Amino acid sequence: MSTLLESIFSVEFFFAVLRVSTPLIFPALGVAITAMSGNINIGLEGIMLIAAFTGVIVSIYTESLMLALLAGVASGVFFGAALGYFHLKLKADIILAAVALNFLASGLTIFLLIVITGGRNTSALRSLTFPSFNIPVLQSIPVLGPILSGHNIMTYVAFLSVFVYYVVLFKTPLGLRIRAVGQNPDAARSVGINVDRVKLYALMISGVFGALGGLYLSMGYVSWFSRDMVAGRGFIAVAAATMGGNLSFGTLLGSMLFGLVNTATIYISSLDIPSDLVQSIPYLATVIVLAIYSARNFAPRKRRAVSTHHGENEHHEKKP
Amino acid sequence: METILSIQNLWKIYPNGTVANQDVSVDIKEGTIHAIVGENGAGKTTLMKVVFGITQAKSGNISLRGKLFAPSQPSEAIDAGIGMVHQHLMLAPELTVAENIVLGVEPKRGGVFFDFDRAVQTAQEISEKYQLAVPVDKPISELPIGTRQRVEILKALYRNAELLILDEPTAVLTPQETEILFQTLDQLKEQGKTIVFISHKLKEVKRIADTVTIMRAAKVIDTKPAAELSIEGIAELMVGHKIDLSRVATPEHIGPAKLSVRNLNMTRDDGVQAVRNVSFEVAGGEILGVAGVEGNGQTELVRALVGLLPVDSGEILVGSTDIAQLSPKDIRQLGVSHIPEDRMEDGVAPLMSIQENIIVDRYEKAEFSTWFRIFWKNVLAHTVGLIRDYRIHAGSPKHEISSLSGGNIQKCVVARELSADPDVVVASQPTRGVDIGSWEHLHTLIVEARNRGRAVFLVSADLDEILKLSTRIIVMFEGEIVARFEDASTVTAQDLGPYMLGIKRQEESSAKVSA
Repeated sequence: MSTLLESIFSVEFFFAVLRVSTPLIFPALGVAITAMSGNINIGLEGIMLIAAFTGVIVSIYTESLMLALLAGVASGVFFGAALGYFHLKLKADIILAAVALNFLASGLTIFLLIVITGGRNTSALRSLTFPSFNIPVLQSIPVLGPILSGHNIMTYVAFLSVFVYYVVLFKTPLGLRIRAVGQNPDAARSVGINVDRVKLYALMISGVFGALGGLYLSMGYVSWFSRDMVAGRGFIAVAAATMGGNLSFGTLLGSMLFGLVNTATIYISSLDIPSDLVQSIPYLATVIVLAIYSARNFAPRKRRAVSTHHGENEHHEKKP
Repeated sequence: METILSIQNLWKIYPNGTVANQDVSVDIKEGTIHAIVGENGAGKTTLMKVVFGITQAKSGNISLRGKLFAPSQPSEAIDAGIGMVHQHLMLAPELTVAENIVLGVEPKRGGVFFDFDRAVQTAQEISEKYQLAVPVDKPISELPIGTRQRVEILKALYRNAELLILDEPTAVLTPQETEILFQTLDQLKEQGKTIVFISHKLKEVKRIADTVTIMRAAKVIDTKPAAELSIEGIAELMVGHKIDLSRVATPEHIGPAKLSVRNLNMTRDDGVQAVRNVSFEVAGGEILGVAGVEGNGQTELVRALVGLLPVDSGEILVGSTDIAQLSPKDIRQLGVSHIPEDRMEDGVAPLMSIQENIIVDRYEKAEFSTWFRIFWKNVLAHTVGLIRDYRIHAGSPKHEISSLSGGNIQKCVVARELSADPDVVVASQPTRGVDIGSWEHLHTLIVEARNRGRAVFLVSADLDEILKLSTRIIVMFEGEIVARFEDASTVTAQDLGPYMLGIKRQEESSAKVSA
């Protein structure tokens, strides 16, 4: 046990936390921006998977990291837009549409993988990877340096994205409109804002974030694509963003909390505990954290809250 | 005076066949306040929705300053200089006043970024120009309703509105706030703005309007200068027959207390104390009216009385039974019935039929069911009886209840609640959003319940209703009872106003446990 504690309070551990958090921060931002526009987006799982796949394939065939990045992001945006098309244009329930797209992403990537590799071992597809990066001055600082420096460049992009998210949401007209649409779509509509278009933009931006997360997974975290490699990160991202109140810093903290738990799981699995049990820890942690979170929010009163004035005009009374 | 907006022979028919506007013609003169009055469903809001581009007419012309005008969406109407203040305020609650005002036409910095400082500055300027004071950097959710409405007006003015449409703007305001709104409107009129004021509150129409158009059943009945019309005259034209707006006679016999509340305290989810040390009694044969601006604890209090919210401390006695720990069903069985303020949320299951909604509290009776089946014939007969007795306009008891008009849905709720033969009737906003015909009929039903010796606890934001029906009145402010009037027959709206706003309070009120 003491060796476990020692290894947890090591520089390597905290370095790993940042690494493991990266593919959570991206999709969590994607969830957060759609939530701000008033939609729940559980489609990040599929967006990540598609982008992870696209990136690997494009990098192998073009041997260009830049083209792989662009193609991956484009695939994510396309998926986000497709979700928007089903929900906003065809009026499908956004949860159902996202579930369908997640299945599509899973099936489609497996299918294409088999077509492309002819059923060979997936590790035959060696992807290009994003480079790691040492930060000049920072790396020489003791303790802090080894934790913060030497990460994959996408990890730094993830932290930068948190800032970008903040700027987009709170410092641009589009961000103001996204928030207005999320809080009271009728208010936005009454001043001539195209509500559906704003929601579509939010979904497309979430596609960008999700794609970056997926690209990091297959082209940084590892260097190949394997089936369903996103492994629930798109859903954990929903939890992380919700815990963070969909705000930039909160979403970052939420993602890193799950990153911390996942990393600890990796360390614990070196002990003599059945691995299946250990594997369940991150998911168990999600349930526990969400339970505590919602208990804190709703504990004092079990019965439903007194309704407030807004959000109530959903049920119009029909004229005779 | 020049005609700014002219509507000629306008027809609007909804896809389900409802004729909302039938050959409607109205001229609105520039620089006047023009009231459009009528019952719910008379077509006045629809007419304005056509003008504002929310919906389109089937035939007929609208011209704005002599030019033909047919907006296909609100943004076209906004560009043409029309502003609309909707009944449900169209504001984003967590955004600041300034952000709400500039939303859609945001000032930019560097071409890309939202310039918050300039938004605040612009909002401040427009607020000063029209002398409508608002705290520009506060979020909407922190403001009282009257101020929120001012933000809505500023929103329209910021978009250079020359013609302002206000849809039932006073529905949620206190008499004092209403007066402030009216001063604002008068002032805007002096600055040359034209105002269309949709209402069914006749006193207010009389106070504010220069011209009145009366609509009934999708048609314009008459347009006249306000000076030539009396309140009774307008009411009669609106409904088509004489309306009794006077107070009901005080009850002849008041029995013992049937509902007693002692030292009740409640806390809201957000930790704010919603109800503070509230005590009162309601006796059989009387109506206790609760006046107050909405959101001062009335909603929570009512929900506690019917078992929908828990209390922190205090007693709620029905007869001599403390119901604080009982379930809503147990409380109903003790003879408490509930006419809820939000009928679509708490009063009915909107997608179920009328008869299903009627028997929801009584389906377990032997008359209607055994443990494995429901006797639909009996249910139908029972519902048909209630539809007749309560004068509900419904096609068939098997129709979905939400296919009825608001007034008739409310009559279904009232029919169910009063036919349960309760001892105590807890009625919250019983006539909200219903037309004056239903308003009058629902009042008759409540007074009949009172005359049969029921104890009626009436919460309403409609002061006319409180003053018309109440035997005694209490006023709530910030969860406390700040005033008690033992004889409601001498009380006026102006008497209640200062207490409702928290400007005045009776010294003894909170200490006194009502006799």
